[in-house]
Amino acid sequence: MIPAPFTYRRARTVEEAVDLAAEAGDEGKFLAGGHSLLPLMKLRFAVPEVLIDIGRLAELSYIRDEDGHIAVGALTRHHDLEHSALLAAELPLLARAAGAVGDPQVRHRGTIGGSLVHADAASDLPAVGLALDATLVARGPSGSREIAMTDFFRGLFETALEPGELLTEIRIRRPAERGWSFQKFTKRAIDWAIVGVAVQGGRVALVNMDSVPARAGGVERALAAGDGPAAAAAHAAEGTSPVSDINASAAYREHLARVLTARALAEAASRN
Amino acid sequence: MKVAIGVNGRQVEAEVEDRLLLVHFVREVAGLTATNIGCDTTSCGACTVLLDGESVKSCTVLAAQADGCEVTTCEGLTGSDGRWHAVQRGFHAEHGVQCGFCTPGMIMAAVSLLAENPDPTEAQVRAGLEGNICRCTGYHNIVRAVLAAARDGRLPGGGSPAGAADPAEEPA
Amino acid sequence: MSIMGTRVLRTEDPRLLTHGGVYTDDLRVPELTGAAHVTIVRSPLAHGLITGIDASAAAAMPGVVAVLTAADLPAPAEGGDPAAEPLLAGDRVRYVGEPVALVLTEGRYQGEDAAELVSVDYDPLPAVPTLGEAMTGETLLFPGTDSNVLGSGTAGECDDAAFAACEVVIERTIVNQRLAPVPLEVRALAAAWTGDRLTIWSSTQNPQLARGAVARRLGMDQAAVRVITPDVGGGFGAKVAVDRDAIAVAWAAKHTGHAVRWIESRSENMVGMVHGRGQRQTYKVGGTRDGRVLAYRLDLVQDCGAFDRIGVFLAGLTALMAAGVYDFAHAGASFRAVATTTTPIAAYRGAGRPEAAAAIERAMDDFAAEIGMDPAEVRRINVVAPDKFPFTTRTGATYDSGEYAAGLDRVLAAADYPALRAEQARRRERGDVVQLGIGMSVYVEITAGDMGGETARVVVGDTGAATVFTGSSAHGQGHHTAWAMLVQDELGIPMDQITVVHGDTDIIPEAIGTFGSRSLQLGGTAVVRAAGEVKDQARRLAAEMIEASEADLELDTARGTWQVRGDPATALGWGQIARRAGPGGLAADARFDASAPTFPFGAHLSVVEVDTETGKATLARHVTVDDAGRILNPVLAEGQRHGGIAQGVAQALLEEVRYDADGNPLTSTLVDYAAITAPELPSFELVTSETPTSINPLGAKGIGEAGTIGSTPAVLNAVIDAVSHLGVRHIDMPATPERVWAAINEARASQ
Repeated sequence: MIPAPFTYRRARTVEEAVDLAAEAGDEGKFLAGGHSLLPLMKLRFAVPEVLIDIGRLAELSYIRDEDGHIAVGALTRHHDLEHSALLAAELPLLARAAGAVGDPQVRHRGTIGGSLVHADAASDLPAVGLALDATLVARGPSGSREIAMTDFFRGLFETALEPGELLTEIRIRRPAERGWSFQKFTKRAIDWAIVGVAVQGGRVALVNMDSVPARAGGVERALAAGDGPAAAAAHAAEGTSPVSDINASAAYREHLARVLTARALAEAASRN
Repeated sequence: MKVAIGVNGRQVEAEVEDRLLLVHFVREVAGLTATNIGCDTTSCGACTVLLDGESVKSCTVLAAQADGCEVTTCEGLTGSDGRWHAVQRGFHAEHGVQCGFCTPGMIMAAVSLLAENPDPTEAQVRAGLEGNICRCTGYHNIVRAVLAAARDGRLPGGGSPAGAADPAEEPA
Repeated sequence: MSIMGTRVLRTEDPRLLTHGGVYTDDLRVPELTGAAHVTIVRSPLAHGLITGIDASAAAAMPGVVAVLTAADLPAPAEGGDPAAEPLLAGDRVRYVGEPVALVLTEGRYQGEDAAELVSVDYDPLPAVPTLGEAMTGETLLFPGTDSNVLGSGTAGECDDAAFAACEVVIERTIVNQRLAPVPLEVRALAAAWTGDRLTIWSSTQNPQLARGAVARRLGMDQAAVRVITPDVGGGFGAKVAVDRDAIAVAWAAKHTGHAVRWIESRSENMVGMVHGRGQRQTYKVGGTRDGRVLAYRLDLVQDCGAFDRIGVFLAGLTALMAAGVYDFAHAGASFRAVATTTTPIAAYRGAGRPEAAAAIERAMDDFAAEIGMDPAEVRRINVVAPDKFPFTTRTGATYDSGEYAAGLDRVLAAADYPALRAEQARRRERGDVVQLGIGMSVYVEITAGDMGGETARVVVGDTGAATVFTGSSAHGQGHHTAWAMLVQDELGIPMDQITVVHGDTDIIPEAIGTFGSRSLQLGGTAVVRAAGEVKDQARRLAAEMIEASEADLELDTARGTWQVRGDPATALGWGQIARRAGPGGLAADARFDASAPTFPFGAHLSVVEVDTETGKATLARHVTVDDAGRILNPVLAEGQRHGGIAQGVAQALLEEVRYDADGNPLTSTLVDYAAITAPELPSFELVTSETPTSINPLGAKGIGEAGTIGSTPAVLNAVIDAVSHLGVRHIDMPATPERVWAAINEARASQ
C-alpha cells in the first residue's frame, strides 16, 4: 500500500507544469486530485519516477459562462461541479454525474481533468464529456490547441494528449436539446458503474461497455431516424464489446445497456 | 522534502520522503493515531480527516500535497474547554461506536457532511457516509448519531441549552 | 432500582471518540522503540513447489535488518502430520497469500521495497481451487495422504426409507458461499524481548489462547511468553487466538532478538486472513401436502481451504444444527470436509450455524412453494412446540428453551404481514417492474458451545473502588460497561468507581476469551460469582466491625453500604471494609463452567424490492426477533443485533470471495469484495423478546451472532419470493442483480 519511491515536483503555474513535464519526459506524470493515479501507485501498478503536482493551479479551477459555451477548468473538483448553480441550470447532466463519482471524500479531491485524462471507460465523466460533445483545450510546449471530445479517447487508458501536454479546459456548448439523463447501475452506491448511460438530447454515451469511452451510435442513428426511446434503446449494445468480469458478464452488460438506455431516453424526453 | 502542515491548529514541520502519505504524516510525524488505516484501495474511509475543512481520505493524499494546509483529525474536534463536538456527543448517545476502529474517520466524514448539509434526511446521511465502511454496527446507530448531531445543531465548543448534560461531564 | 436490563451508555466511548483507541499499530511503548517492521513475502501461486529463494538483493538493501525463510525455522519433528500447517511455507505453497518469507526493515516504507526484491522460484503444480476438483483426488495437496478429504461425519439419521413415505419430496443443491470477515483493523502483532521473556502485543480475541499457541509453536514455556491485547478493531471469529502469520512474526523476534512490529495491508488480509463459510449443500425435504415435513436430510461438503484450521469442526457444527427449529420425525446430516488450494477457512460470525440455518430455511420455503402453502404456516406446523423444552433434536443438540412460533408471529405482526402480501399481490396483478418480495426465517443457534468456562477476579480497594479482571476479551462488544453493571448490581459500588481490565496474560493468566457469543453468559457469570464471593468476605468482616451477626446484616446496593438491617447508623462503606481486609483489600477469583451450551433463537422478516428488468434487489425493511434470554443492557444487545444483521444481509445480497480456475483470488481488495455500506441498508426494526435460560444465573444466552444467522436466509427467501410468480424457485447467494436476472430468464424460458 506504499507507492514505489518517486520525486515530487510542484508546479506553481501552468507554464511551469509544462516545463517540468518536458524535463521529466517519459518518467513524469501529472498529479491533480490524485484519486485515479495514487490508488494505482499504492498498489504499484503505476511506478512513475516523477510526479508533477498541478493541484495548486487555482487558475485552472473554474466554471464560467462564456460566449455560447460553459468553460470548466480542468482542475475543477467533482464536488464543485456537483454543487455549481451554473451547471445545475445549464448542464445538469455534468452536475449529476460528478455527484455520483466515488464518495464525498473522493469528490473533494478528484478533478474533471484528471478523470478525462485517465480515460477509463468505466469512469462516468468520459461518457458525459462525449454526450455533451465537449471540446478540450490542452497546453503543451508548443502552445495551446483544441481537441474534439470525439477525437480524444484513442485506446485503453489512452488519449490524444501528446507527452507533456496538460489539459487546461473543457468547453461545452449550451445544448440545443435540453433533455438529459444519467443512469449509473451499480450493486453498491460507491461502486464503479457496471454499466452507465449519459444522454443529452440526441447524444448517447455509454460507461463501461468497451475499453474506450464511446457513444452509442446505433441508438443515436435510431433516434435521428425518428424512433422512440424504447425502439432506439434496443440498439444500445451494437458495436460495443463489454468485458465479462467478476461484476457482470458481457451478456448481462448488453442487457443493462438496453434497459438503462431506454430509461435514460424516457427520462430525457420527460425533461424536454 | 520539507513540509509544514497545520494539524489540529498546531504547525508540524518535518523532512519527509516525497512518497509519504498524509495518513502516515498524521500518525507518525504528528503522532496522532486516532486516524486509522483500514484498506489500500481508498475504499474504507477509516483514514478520513478534514483538509482545509473538507473530508478527504488521507491515505490517498501525499503529505506533499497537504503542505501549507490545515488538517483536522478526530483528536482536534474536542473544544479547548473539553466539550465534545455535537457529532462526538451523538455517537455516544446513540451507541454508534463498537470496536472504534472506523469511528474517527466516520466522525470526520459526518462532520464534513453536516457542514455541507446541516439538516440531512436519513437517506442523505447514508449516502453521505457511502465512503466509510463499518463492520460492527450495521450503520443503524451511526445514522441515528449523525441525525442526533444535526438536531443538536450546536457549534463545537458553543454554549449548551439549559438543562442539557454533556456526556464528557456526566458520571458514567 | 436495579441497573440490570436498563439502557446504559458505554464507558468505553469517551476514549474511542476523542483520542481514539490504541490498536496494535498505534502502540508507542518503550519496548517497541526501534522495532523492526516486518513485511511478509507471500505466494503468488495457488499451488507449487518452492525450488529456490534468493534473498540476497533484499538483504543488501539499506535498512534491511534480516530476511527469514523456512530454512531458518527449527526443523519440524519427524513423523508429524503430513497435513500440518507450517509457519512459513517450506517446500510447497498451497494458497495464494501463503507466507513464504519475512523481511525485517528499519523503516515502515522500506518493507514493501525490500519484499519486492526477494526472489522466489516456483514450480507450478495444478491448482485445486474447487470442491469438485479436490474430491476427484487427482491432485493431492498433501503427499503421503490418499485423498483431499480432511474429515467426515454424520449427525442423526435420515435414509431413503424415510422419504419413501412422503407425498412430496424435493431435493436441491445450493451454495453457502465463501466470505471474507473483513474486520476493519487487519491483523497486527508486535513482539519484544523483555529480559528472558517474550512480550507480544496481538490483535486477538483470546490473549491466553494466543499465548498458548505461540509458546507451543515456538517451543517455549508459557511462563516465558506474555500476551497483551491492545484495542482490537473487530474480530468476528477471524482473530481467534493467533494464526501462523502472526506466530511467524513472533518467531522473528525470538530468532533475531530484535523487537518487531507487523501490520498487514488490506490486500494481504483478503488472502491471508481466514475466510468463512464455503459449503456446498444438498438438502432433501419430504412431507405431506398439508404442510407437515416428515424427513429432512442435509449432505454437505465443507471447503477447508488449504489446511484444516477448523473446517472439519465447522462442518460438524452445521450437521449438529441442521434440523434448526423444527421437530421432524426424521432428520440427519452428513459432511465431508475437503482441502482446496485456497485460503484456509475458519470461524466467521456464526461459524457453522448460519450455514445450517440457511439450508433448512431455504428448504422450508422450497417445500412451501412446492405444496403452495404460506411459508409462515408451514413453519408454524413444524416448529418445536414451546412445551417440549429442553428438546433434543434428531441431530443431537439439546435446546434449553425456546418460543419459536411465538417469535415468528411477533415479527409477522410487527411487519404487518397481511398488508405486505396484499401489496405484493397488487404489484403482481399490475405487472409492476419493481416487485415486492417477503422472506422469513425462524432460527436457533448454539452459543458458548465450546464448554471451556471463563474466569474473573474482583478486587475492592481501600477507596471503595472495584477492579474487575475478566477472562473475556472484548473487541467492540462493550464488556467493560456490561461487567461494571453486573458489579454495581451485585455490590452497590457505582459504575464510575469500577474499572474493568482484560487482555494481559500476566494479569489474567487463565481464560478462554471471546468468541461463539459466550462472554456474557460465561464471563459475566464468572464476574457475578467473584463479586458474590467478595460480598461474602465483606459480610464476614462487616459483622466483625459492627459486632453483629452476619444474619442481621444487609448490603444496601442503592447506597453501597453494609449495615444492620434497619439501622443506617451502623453503615460501613466498601472502603472501610476493604481497609479492614488488609493490603490487597477484598479479592476473589471465580470460574464459571456452564453445564451446557445455550440456544438463542428468533425470527426475521425481510422485505425486498426487486427491479425485474435489472434484477437488482433492494432491502426495504428488515424486522427481527432475536431472543438471547435475559438482556443485561439493551443498548449493547441492539448494537450486536444491528451489526449481525448487516453482515448477514451482505452474504445474501453482495459479498463473495471468488477464485479463478488457477486458484488466483479475484476479490482481494475492498473494491472487488463488496463489503456492505450504509446506502444498501435500511434502519432495522427490532422486536424485544426474552426467554431466559436456566443454564446460568443471569438467564442469558449469547446475542453476538444471532442477527447474522437469522438474516441471511430471510433476505434470500425474500429475493426469491419477489420473483417466484415468474417461476423462479431458487437463486444462489449472493443474489446479485445478474443472478436474479438470469434466474428470471431461465424461469421464463422453461415455461
